[in-house]
Formats: sequence, structure tokens, C-alpha cells
Amino acid sequence: MLEVEGVHTYYGAIEALKGVDIEVREGEIVTLIGANGAGKSTLLMTICGSPRARRGQIRLRGKDITQAPMHEIVRQGVAQSPEGRRIFPRMTVLENLQMGAMTAHPDNFERNLGRAFELFPRLKERQHQRGGTLSGGEQQMLAIARALMSEPRLLLLDEPSLGLAPMVVKQIFQVIEQINREEKVTVFLVEQNAFHALRLADRGYVMVNGRIAMQGTGRELLADEEVRTAYLEGGH
Amino acid sequence: MEYFLQQLINGLTLGAIYGLIAIGYTMVYGIIGMINFAHGDIYMIGAFMAIIWFLVTGLLGITWVPLAILVMLVLSMIFTATYGWTIERFAYKPLRGSQRLAALISAIGMSIFLENYVQLLQGARVKPLQPMVQGGIAVMERADGFVVNLSYLQIIIMALTLALMLGFSQLISRTELGRRQRACEQDQTMAALLGVDVDRTISITFVIGAALAAVAGVMVTLYYGVIDFYIGFLAGLKAFTAAVLGGIGSITGAMVGGLLIGLIEAYWSAYFSVEYKDVAAFSILVLVLIFRPYGILGKPEIEKV
Ligand SMILES: Nc1ncnc2c1ncn2[C@@H]1O[C@H](COP(=O)(O)OP(=O)(O)OP(=O)(O)O)[C@@H](O)[C@H]1O
Ligand SMILES: [Mg+2]
Repeated sequence: MLEVEGVHTYYGAIEALKGVDIEVREGEIVTLIGANGAGKSTLLMTICGSPRARRGQIRLRGKDITQAPMHEIVRQGVAQSPEGRRIFPRMTVLENLQMGAMTAHPDNFERNLGRAFELFPRLKERQHQRGGTLSGGEQQMLAIARALMSEPRLLLLDEPSLGLAPMVVKQIFQVIEQINREEKVTVFLVEQNAFHALRLADRGYVMVNGRIAMQGTGRELLADEEVRTAYLEGGH
Repeated sequence: MEYFLQQLINGLTLGAIYGLIAIGYTMVYGIIGMINFAHGDIYMIGAFMAIIWFLVTGLLGITWVPLAILVMLVLSMIFTATYGWTIERFAYKPLRGSQRLAALISAIGMSIFLENYVQLLQGARVKPLQPMVQGGIAVMERADGFVVNLSYLQIIIMALTLALMLGFSQLISRTELGRRQRACEQDQTMAALLGVDVDRTISITFVIGAALAAVAGVMVTLYYGVIDFYIGFLAGLKAFTAAVLGGIGSITGAMVGGLLIGLIEAYWSAYFSVEYKDVAAFSILVLVLIFRPYGILGKPEIEKV
């Protein structure tokens, strides 16, 4: 599904990604964990074309998308719920979802909208409220629902559990699992909440300072001594 | 009272024209955060287009006035919009991502270029247009014989502006194009992630702004009957003031600001002094910038993101 090969990304002179290799196969849930500033969000954004990879290649179902225009990438079946959620604050919930549906076939809109409201009933109640006035958790739900409106094959999620109450975190993780099982959406998940993420994921990567330091199945990484001390201590 | 009413009519007419121009300032500011100083000159180009297409309707033998005006409007909008698109493409787009000051200087340069370009092509002297719409309605008559007059042309200007503004508000609030436009205003990266072609949306913004300014240009030419290559400067500054007064970035604000500036100017020239009518508009700009820089309808940025 997704292959990232030797990708280097810079912010000016700062090298944020120093040769990253990652593979996500069709139907998998793959997670990426790492400390603050490791470069996780940079990787997700580089996959979508902003910032651009300066070296290396990104392929989607075999097709090179490294230099594809940013607005074309979603048409290849990639949707992202980015860091900070980036809800359009002065648009209603419904309008935010309509924005997500822009590249999907208009005939499917009602069905996809119904599905989104089924996954997140809160959004249905608040559909005419402005995005900027939603609570953090509601904004997170909206960001995921908006990404799903484009009918993606690959869903990129950047810290969907950040700042949310344990109940909401649980709900979000359930939805991720449901999307993956029922709709065969491949998921690439960036998480600080390493315990939850690794339990859910088929495989995982650990990023340290712009490089992949470790990889394995979710189970292997959960059992790994280094991972436990660095990312799980005091967790769950 | 009668005199007051007459100034109300005159002020609203003038305000409608400023409002149409102000929309272009406010939309461009909303989407790329730049004051397009060449926008007043786009309006001036629209005014010259009116004369050019008037001559063409004459050549084509179109004598029925409503049709002639319609042809002038549509063609002026199309050609002025092309200018708007071209200016964005060549003077601003290459500078996107560089410092704000660079684009601002480019805009000022573009403004000077357009004025000189029209001066070279059309000459420096004023261009007249023969009156096309005459007559009007006597709304009220004072004992001493002063008549409050609402001309047919004023009715046309106000009705057309109202229709355009309503249509335009619907476009922005209800259509997919409008949503894309608003999405780019709020978060360009996110809009692109969802599949919006941001460059194209910015181009469309310039095209719409220029088309509305062209309507203002045609209306002014019909209204005053004379234009020259320099009219864009003052009108542009006043429309900019209107946009700031209404709250820059707010489309409703631009319309309201335009009407207010028109009214202020009309009453100022009626009751104080005609010579200093421009001072009134610009004093307001200064006062607004000092006391309420976000304008009447604009809001200071306090949004949860
Ligand atoms: N726009 C930017 N300009 C300059 N440097 C940046 C920019 N965005 C990120 N960086 C730098 O790149 C590095 C990687 O940042 P990134 O946001 O990818 O980290 P992260 O792994 O997502 O961290 P977190 O877990 O805190 O979200 C950091 O050192 C950060 O300071
Ligand atoms: Mg991050």
C-alpha cells in the first residue's frame, strides 16, 4: 500500500527526517511511536507533500507520489487527520464534513455522512455548530470523520488520543479498529499513547531523532525492554 | 429634510460602487493576507472597458439601451477579470511564500504600471461617455421648488449592486466553490490535504474581485460620464477604507463599509465642504485603524484551534 524509502525532509537547514524507511501493507494497522520532536508528524505531512521530501521516494500502491501536487494525493486514496486536528473553525461541522467529501463521488455523500454520524453520534447533534466552538474531543472526532468522508484506502492519523479523557480515547481506538475491520481501510497511526497503539497495531515502528530505530509486531515492541522503559513507563 | 433625503440617495449610490470595489480588497486579503494595491486600477480598467464596449455596441448597431448596457457589463467583466487573473499570475504568484513586503511592493508597482499603461493607450485626457440613461422619479418637492430626484440610473446602480451582493453571498455561503474559498482563507494546508487546488482558488478570488470591480467601473462611467486613467487611485483608497471600516476579511463588512463611506462622503460634501470630502473618508480610515483596527464586523482573533 505505502512504501517510504530513504526519505529526508528539511525545515530550512534543519534535517527533520534523516533517511526513513517504512512499509504499510494493505489492510494493516501500523503504528509509529517516538518522543516529542522525533519527526513523526513531519513524516505524515511529507507523505502528503508538505514539506516535500528532499531525497528518497514515497510510493502508493506502486505509484511514485513523491512529487505529486498536494491536492492530488487525496485523490490517490490517502486521507489524513493531521496534528492539531486543523478543523476549519469558521465552518460548521457539516461544512467541515463536506470539505472532506470534496474528492469523493457526490452520490455517496449521504451514505458516507450517515456512516460518520453512526461512528460519532455527537457530530450529528452538533452538525450546525461552528467547528471552532467544539470541544477538543469533538474536534478530534470531526477530524477523523472528515478524513473518512473522502473514502480513503489509507488513513493517516496523527495522535488522535492527544489531550482526551480516557473514555473518549477508548472510543476513538474502537472506531479506528472498526474502520479497519469493517471497511478495509489501511491505517497508519502516530501515537504518544504507545500502550494502546501497540496493542491495536499489527506492526509498529519506533522513531528516534528523525530515524527509524526499531520495528516489529505490536506484541514484540510491547514486550521490548527498551520500548517499555522509554515509552511505556508510567503509562496506561 | 428634502436635502437630507437627496444626499441619502446620492450617498447610497456612491456607497454601492465603493462596496463592489471593497469586496475585491477584502477577499484577496482574506485568502492571501495581502492588500492588493492594484485593485483600484482594476476598477479603472473596468471603467475604460465600459467606453470601449460602448463604442463596439455602437458599431454593432445595438441601439436598445438595456441590451447595450448588458453587453457592456458582461464584456467588461470578462475582460477585466482577465486582467485580474493575469496580474495575480505574473505579479503575485511568483512571490508567494516570500516576505509580505515583496508582494506589497509588487502590487504598488502593478498599480503604477496599469495607470501608465492606460495613459499610454488611451491618453491622459478625460474620456467622456454620452448619457445612456436619463430621467428619473421626483420623490418629493419642497415648497421652494427643490426636488428630491431619484434617477433611473441610480435605481439601476442600487438594484444591480444589491442583486450582485446577494448572489455573491449565496455563492460564498452555499456552493462548493464558496466552501473551497473559505477553507483556503482558514487553513490552506488543510484545504490542500482535502484536495483543494489552492493556487486555482486564489486565482478565482482575483477573477471574482476584478469582475465586481468592473461592474463598479461601468456604473461609474455611466453615472459621471467622464473618466480618466487616474480615477482608480482615489476610489481604490476609499474602497480600501470601506473594507477596513467594515472589518477586513469580512465580505458583509465590505458591503456595509462601502455604504457608510458613500454616505459619509455625500453628507460631508453637502453640509461641510465639497473640497474636503476626501479628507472625511481618510480621517475615518485613520480613526478606525487607531480605535478599532478589526473594523465594525471583523472580530479580533479569538478562536479555539
Ligand atoms: N514548521 C517547522 N519549522 C521548523 N522546524 C520544524 C517545523 N515543524 C517541525 N519542526 C522540527 O522538526 C522536528 C520534528 O518535528 P515533528 O513535529 O515532526 O515531531 P513529532 O515527532 O511529531 O513530535 P510530537 O510528538 O511533539 O508531535 C522537531 O525538531 C521540530 O522542532
Ligand atoms: Mg507530532
